Amino acid sequence: MSSIGTGYDLSASQFSPDGRVFQVEYAQKAVENSGTVIGLRGKDGVVFAVEKIITSKLFEQSTNKRIFTVDRHVGLAVAGLIADARALAETARTEASNYRADYSAPIPVRHLADRLGMYLHAYTLYSFVRPFGCSVMMAAYGEDGPELFMADPSGVHFGYYGCSIGKARQSAKTEIEKLKTSELTCAELIKEAAKIIYVIHDEVKDKEFELELSWVGEHTGGRHQLVPKDVHEAAERYAKAALEEDSDSDEAM
Amino acid sequence: MRFTTSTMDLMPLQASQPFDPSKYRYTGPNVQPRQLPNTRSQAPITTGTSVIGLQFDGGVMIAADKLGSYGSLARYQNIGRLMRVNDHVILGCTGDYADFQFLRDIIDQKMIDEECLDDGIVTRAPALHCWLTRVLYNRRSRFDPLWTTFVVGGLDDDGKPFLGFVDKLGTAYTAPQIVSGMGGHLATPLLREKMDGQPPLSEAAARELLIRCMTVCYYRDCRAFSKFQIATLKAGSIKIEDDLEVKGDWEVAHFSKEHA
Repeated sequence: MSSIGTGYDLSASQFSPDGRVFQVEYAQKAVENSGTVIGLRGKDGVVFAVEKIITSKLFEQSTNKRIFTVDRHVGLAVAGLIADARALAETARTEASNYRADYSAPIPVRHLADRLGMYLHAYTLYSFVRPFGCSVMMAAYGEDGPELFMADPSGVHFGYYGCSIGKARQSAKTEIEKLKTSELTCAELIKEAAKIIYVIHDEVKDKEFELELSWVGEHTGGRHQLVPKDVHEAAERYAKAALEEDSDSDEAM
Repeated sequence: MRFTTSTMDLMPLQASQPFDPSKYRYTGPNVQPRQLPNTRSQAPITTGTSVIGLQFDGGVMIAADKLGSYGSLARYQNIGRLMRVNDHVILGCTGDYADFQFLRDIIDQKMIDEECLDDGIVTRAPALHCWLTRVLYNRRSRFDPLWTTFVVGGLDDDGKPFLGFVDKLGTAYTAPQIVSGMGGHLATPLLREKMDGQPPLSEAAARELLIRCMTVCYYRDCRAFSKFQIATLKAGSIKIEDDLEVKGDWEVAHFSKEHA
């Protein structure tokens, strides 16, 4: 970043002369260093896959989850600082709960994305706070069918057919674009999602990682849940097999 | 009226008015002491009558009719008073329907919060029963009771049937058969006759007994109704039958032209 040291990056409440807010951009950098997260919106639901990088072999398995359940029907997957993400997940739960109390109906995920976006944005306006160092994906399956949203530290959010964030978001995006996501079912997507995470994982830089998978769709009765163990294992096997096939054909050439 | 006082108006708006000394007489502090406690929620409005619950071999069953009474008026004739809390707990509610709805929403949100944690820990019937005793006792201690009686059913931590009672005062007990409301006088003897000192009922026998009790309640309780629900909980399954109806035997109704 060329303007480092110019003094315009010390506060989120100040623009640089060329119209940027560096604190927000640094927050986005924090997200870009994180393990990759992808979300795929199929025809009957949405799946999340997370490449959770294991920084120490001494960690217990499945600690520091990166996929949260916000309300029965909403899943939230995060890339970036895990502590920030947890705070954000808690905010999302409160929003979902408030909506339920006010309207006695589950919160439409577009409204949740909106509210969470506003919350993220509020942390880009003041000098005494720092922006959230995480991006969040939100997914649900309801009356409007499957829906997937992603918000970044600046607070902007969009609806997606498929999206990726984190270290290998570019290559993940390329992989996602090869799929016709809106024609695939969750059962198919979960395998593809696992495969993408395995394909984009950089073994040289990060040795260990744990695959996290969740889904929400017609088959779960509109509930967001981590995928069952057998499905998880099958998806992982499929991903590894695809990876091996890939390297075999590389050798043949 | 916040800006005028009965005691003193130090700045008359229109100074042209003639001076009236009585306006300036100090008549003491304008604060009235609170004489009586608030009497909100001291009577139910829309009410549901009896809830009947019993244990059988491997589960519990709870029945309640679908009437919301407005005093003696049969106001709402198709409302459910049974609730499936989660995969392990069911409950039924006698008393003020609005208070039931209030607690139902709170319990539902509690369950959502629990599901979100996804740590494998779930609220079971004894826990929810205990929680309800605290909430209801707390409210009665604030002189603002939730005018309800709950019958909570489920399995305890050992997988044995659990059935608990809590009323608006926080009084609570557990028993193999529980009836709240008017049915306490009508159905309890029937249940005890079939259950006390006997081996646990089969599911079918329990259901039959429950329907018998609902029928008797419909005959005798003026706030009871023919349409009712039965919730059945067994290990790993909850079933709520929604469209049951008391058949009744009206042979004895000689005096009615309709049945003559």
